[in-house]
Amino acid sequence: MDFLDFLLEPLSYDFMVRAILTTALAAVVCAVLSCWLVLIGWSLMGDAVSHAVLPGVVLAYMVGAPFALGALVFALIAVTLIGVVRNTSRVKEDAAIGIVFTSLFALGLVLISVTPSQTDLNHIIFGNLLGVSVPDLIQVLVLGVVAFAILILKRRDLTLYAFDPVHAHAIGLSPRRLGALLLGLLALTSVVALQTVGVVLVVAMLIIPGATAYLLTDRFSRMLLIAPVVSAACSIAGIYLSYYLDTASGGMVVLTQGAVFAVVYLFSPRQGLIGTRLAKARRKKVAALSV
Amino acid sequence: MNQRTGTPAISVDRVTVHYGEVLALDAASLTLDPARICGLVGMNGSGKSTLFKVIMGMIKPDAGKVLIQGESPSKARRQGGIGYVPQSEDVDWQFPLSVRDVVMMGRYGHQGFTRRASKADRAAVEHALDRVELTEFADRQIGQLSGGQKKRAFVARGIAQGATMMLLDEPFAGVDKRSEATITRLLRELASDGCTILISTHDLHALPQLCDEAVLLMRKVLMHGPPDVVLQPENLAMAFGLDVLNRGRG
Repeated sequence: MDFLDFLLEPLSYDFMVRAILTTALAAVVCAVLSCWLVLIGWSLMGDAVSHAVLPGVVLAYMVGAPFALGALVFALIAVTLIGVVRNTSRVKEDAAIGIVFTSLFALGLVLISVTPSQTDLNHIIFGNLLGVSVPDLIQVLVLGVVAFAILILKRRDLTLYAFDPVHAHAIGLSPRRLGALLLGLLALTSVVALQTVGVVLVVAMLIIPGATAYLLTDRFSRMLLIAPVVSAACSIAGIYLSYYLDTASGGMVVLTQGAVFAVVYLFSPRQGLIGTRLAKARRKKVAALSV
Repeated sequence: MNQRTGTPAISVDRVTVHYGEVLALDAASLTLDPARICGLVGMNGSGKSTLFKVIMGMIKPDAGKVLIQGESPSKARRQGGIGYVPQSEDVDWQFPLSVRDVVMMGRYGHQGFTRRASKADRAAVEHALDRVELTEFADRQIGQLSGGQKKRAFVARGIAQGATMMLLDEPFAGVDKRSEATITRLLRELASDGCTILISTHDLHALPQLCDEAVLLMRKVLMHGPPDVVLQPENLAMAFGLDVLNRGRG
């Protein structure tokens, strides 16, 4: 089998085409968002919100409302509860996050267990890439495009918020509102990625691409390019691997992203553990030769 | 005292702030005329940063009133008049932005919905970089500057912003002598152009060359006058609570 066949064979199945489209889209939107999350230090928040939306999605399914609506409501509830627990007790923020998101996630699991069509909803937890229907794809497309457009149009304000919220305040912007916008987009993006890898692994798509890009460049504008490109490539590669190795598609997508991060972590010329040493040795060699 | 001519640049009138049970500012009052450089001196916990936050409108005082150039702090912020130079430890120096990117953030208040830079914005940024002598370092990542250059980068952001008032939090921490002289000269130039400058510091030796006036803060304004008077040892002892220590020992 030559390489072209290798690439084309899975595409002869409609479900594979839909899987690849959904994944690429989710990967791009998550990756763009992840650039801010890793810089603000909101990885745990991403973990929390992506888990806490589960009961919202289940309730939305039960009443026939859009998933995104339920997810947004529960993201808001989660963030509010975290803030309340942190500010009104001696419990620190990481503990507050841990308590709130696991409780809400558990609520989601309980709700799933009492909802008639169980199989369908279990897909939300582990993702069901190969079972993406046409309406699913359209929903992901609409939400993804909306989240992506807002992130890109507001990227400079969000970066300012991440870098120096006090200056944002001093020039008359509202850091509170920018933070809320980012959290809202986080909820929206979580819904987009649910389809692909499921609640449990969404957080990987929300952290790994930004972290990988951060190790490769010193310019935020470049991070915004590198993260989605790497993430989309990893995700598509992951799907092909899962097709040929007959493994879990969501798991394979995340595993590929993790593997690429590991390579960058070791070999990035700027930040990599081994890469920086190699670069230093090369410089020394050049210096020695020029003497 | 100084002669009062027209509207003061900053007027803090009997401002009281509590954090829960803790009293951070106790009916503190301070009036600062335009184009003056004022050093705010006090130990940690004396309310320096709280006073900054009140002036910038980040904290609403429990009592009292703040006016910036005769306006409310929120209006002054929207007009882009307030520039802020953060303390070094409050900045993420690994953040992937160039010096030019940071200075451009001073222009955001002047720009539209997506903060797309116009020709005028870019010119203002280049002018500001030139003014603080960082043009040749403009493309460096901000963490790759020396301590003094870092401070100047943020001053440049205030210049690009067109701030008429600048608040600097510990501008001399981690800055070598030569850079300190450069920053002092730069701030004096800005003041002579009409910019009002308020500096919070516990680095006392730099104040006399830099400041027109100094304020001793210990939850309230203990003293406000020329630096050489305010910085007399007996006054400092009062602000830094040294007399209490001595009495405790005796």
